Amino acid sequence: MTVADVAIVGGGIAGCSAALHLRQRGASVVLLERKSCGSEASGVNYGGVRQQGRHPAELPLARRSRALWSKLESLVGTDCEFSVSGHLKLARSDSEYEELNTYAAHAETHGLSLKLIPAEQIRRTYPWLSNDVVGGSLCAEDGHANPRLVAPAVMCAARHCGADVCERVTVTRVEHRNGTFVTTLSDGQHVQSRGLINAAGAWAFHISAAFGEPVPEDVMAPNMCVTEPIPHFIWPNLGVCGGDIYIRQIERGNVIFGGGEGIADRDAIRSYPQSAVTATAIRAAVSLVPDLANTQVIRTWSGIEGVMPDGLPVVGRSRTTPGLVHTFGFSGHGFQLGLGVGAVASELVLDGGTDTEIDELSIGRFDQLDVAASGNA
Amino acid sequence: MHHASRKWHGNTDWCRRMKPPSIVIVGAGPAGIRAAETIIQAGYRPTVVDEGDQCGGQIYRQPPSGIRRSPKALYGFEAQKASNLHESFASILDAIDYRPASTVWDASENKLCVLSESGTKDVHWDRLILATGAMDRVIPFKGWTQPGVFTLGGSQVALKGQACAIGECPVFVGTGPLLYLVAYQYLLAGVRPKAVLDTSPPKAQRRAIVGLMRGGRTFLKGLLYIAQLKRAGVRIASGIRPLAANIGEDGSVSNFSWLDHSGEMRSAICDSIAVGFGLRSETQLADLCGVPFAYDKGQRQWLPAQDSAGRAEDIEGIYFAGDGAGVKGADAAELLGRRAAHALLLDLGHAESGRLLANINRRIQRMSTFRHALDRVAFPFPHRLAAAIDDATILCRCEGVAAGELRRIGKELGATEVNRAKAFCRVGMGRCQGRVCGEIAAEVLAECLDVSIEKVGRIRGQAPVKPISMRAFAEASKS
Repeated sequence: MTVADVAIVGGGIAGCSAALHLRQRGASVVLLERKSCGSEASGVNYGGVRQQGRHPAELPLARRSRALWSKLESLVGTDCEFSVSGHLKLARSDSEYEELNTYAAHAETHGLSLKLIPAEQIRRTYPWLSNDVVGGSLCAEDGHANPRLVAPAVMCAARHCGADVCERVTVTRVEHRNGTFVTTLSDGQHVQSRGLINAAGAWAFHISAAFGEPVPEDVMAPNMCVTEPIPHFIWPNLGVCGGDIYIRQIERGNVIFGGGEGIADRDAIRSYPQSAVTATAIRAAVSLVPDLANTQVIRTWSGIEGVMPDGLPVVGRSRTTPGLVHTFGFSGHGFQLGLGVGAVASELVLDGGTDTEIDELSIGRFDQLDVAASGNA
Repeated sequence: MHHASRKWHGNTDWCRRMKPPSIVIVGAGPAGIRAAETIIQAGYRPTVVDEGDQCGGQIYRQPPSGIRRSPKALYGFEAQKASNLHESFASILDAIDYRPASTVWDASENKLCVLSESGTKDVHWDRLILATGAMDRVIPFKGWTQPGVFTLGGSQVALKGQACAIGECPVFVGTGPLLYLVAYQYLLAGVRPKAVLDTSPPKAQRRAIVGLMRGGRTFLKGLLYIAQLKRAGVRIASGIRPLAANIGEDGSVSNFSWLDHSGEMRSAICDSIAVGFGLRSETQLADLCGVPFAYDKGQRQWLPAQDSAGRAEDIEGIYFAGDGAGVKGADAAELLGRRAAHALLLDLGHAESGRLLANINRRIQRMSTFRHALDRVAFPFPHRLAAAIDDATILCRCEGVAAGELRRIGKELGATEVNRAKAFCRVGMGRCQGRVCGEIAAEVLAECLDVSIEKVGRIRGQAPVKPISMRAFAEASKS
């Protein structure tokens, strides 16, 4: 029997960041991870550190997280290849450009400054973009980082601060008895804690359901591709209205892009890219950045991410069980949000509240849904 | 996904009820050609997808049209076998759907993704024979990534496929029968090797002699290669340890240094180096199809699991032939091609294939004593050499990862498995996707963590199997 102030189920970025932040506040922490930290969505995603385009409900959390990205190196001892390259979202029609305009006005109210770039300036500044582009919106403070490094680095930092990180352990049961959580592992061991953070990604719905909060959590598997290294010429992280293609190039030269979905097998914990989706993504990448025709794709991959029906994560306190905090269902946004989510989760579990505006991300929004009909299980 | 259907199993009268099964063979080397021939004889029309422009595989590779060298000059003792095979293939061309110059870049549920000059196409399969061959095993040493260093196989391809040599005074380094064969082929082509340096200790070869004798003609040929090389004044040494390929003023290899069997440092002036430590099966397609893998201690590599007739375990409808699922050599490959085809035909209800299968297996069995002596006793893969490479030596050339970095990742970041190590330090993440460095990374990691080689696993197969041109996709969509 292990006893701790807080147990965390799931070693993605959110779980690892929560462990680190809890240790910084002096709470004792056990983090339980079935595989290795950052094995699924946190480790295999595109690597975009992007606030631009986030749903207004997520923006406060994205802002909080962005501040932590700036401090990443001092927090964990490595920058995880985080580069503030800017995120350039492109419009390929006038109506899309109009959308970018409208969004920029809204983002401003959250303190996020976006710069609209008209067609002629796009041609001058980014001459390698396709002529289909009619305008763009640049978020200078966005960028990208190496997803394979972030969760493990945060985990190592948490461990260094005294967190008890257990990898390759499977949680088989979670219970709340007399104000205490008892988490049972497949080897028969138990973890007893006063607080519990459900950061179990695509599998988190099992835990929420165990505490009387079933949710319709579905899965997705981003279809990712990377090219051989070529001279560095794409400096901003690129996105488009509609989201069918996203492209970034890292300093050493590889171009990473994605679009469409692979296949996620949640029960077998396996995911695969799909060749037809890869082919479509390659065409979309070449049609946005024609020079990419001259390079080769060397690898494709995927990972399993939890998705909520409204495309927004669940971040907040449980309504049934005191001491339980949910952070899951990031719907493809978890990489940028994860660091901030961990900080917020640590406050929710220790203080019972947070200054970061997260009301719209509450699990309560699924109360009216017929869960069995609309999602997982 | 990743599970072939059972729909054709044991179905003898398919022709009355539905269209014939789609039988696809990947590879047109000795195994693929013999498999195709056997399938045709049973009345089917297989599709043969091959990376090469012409049939023959690596061993019986043909020169491009315009280059004329006699089979004798190209293949030496194997000229007759090569000609037979090329002629066999020519005679079945009308009876197959032949896709040369086509790379299978992904494989999954009854489908292959095939890239050729005209773009990417999906090829459906009900039955799949994988005759994907093998590639060189390379153990890095200082300077191995410099201009002028080639693999043994690459040196042979240069000679057979392009009628050119890797240099005027090459040094041949490594171990295995190919080392002496390629050096001998260079000699025949008029390029006298500067030295042939074998890492296997001489006593290993003596110990293997009884088993090697079982090879009969093949063994005698091996002795003859060595005798001819010696007669031509080529320096031959065994039990050596490679030190470095040193670079001259022109930026290319100028000298090779090594430790001889008594630990004395030696060196030779040269303009090129051919390196190879035996062969490794090309198993990526089996991996992508979901076939389970098992570690083969003798060959010291992960191989797709198969039954005694070459049927893939767990995935119905996949068969293995040739070196692609365990290296057995070109002669065995022809038999293994026939065996895979007969296993397939038996599964389609052709009962007579069962008897032939047993017969073929007996012949393969007879070859195995020789092969065992050759691979495991005379020229075992020198894994200790691999595990002991210098911290400063580049292990993964695509990503520029040195062995010391991998060891640091293993010890400090707790990467106890090669895919985790890959995620942390990029080993095996580049153009070759670990086809070259993956097994060396595993040896280094296992040794530094003091665990068995099986424990650190193998780099997972991910599409594409080889780099794919983005232009090919973009243009295909236009046409």
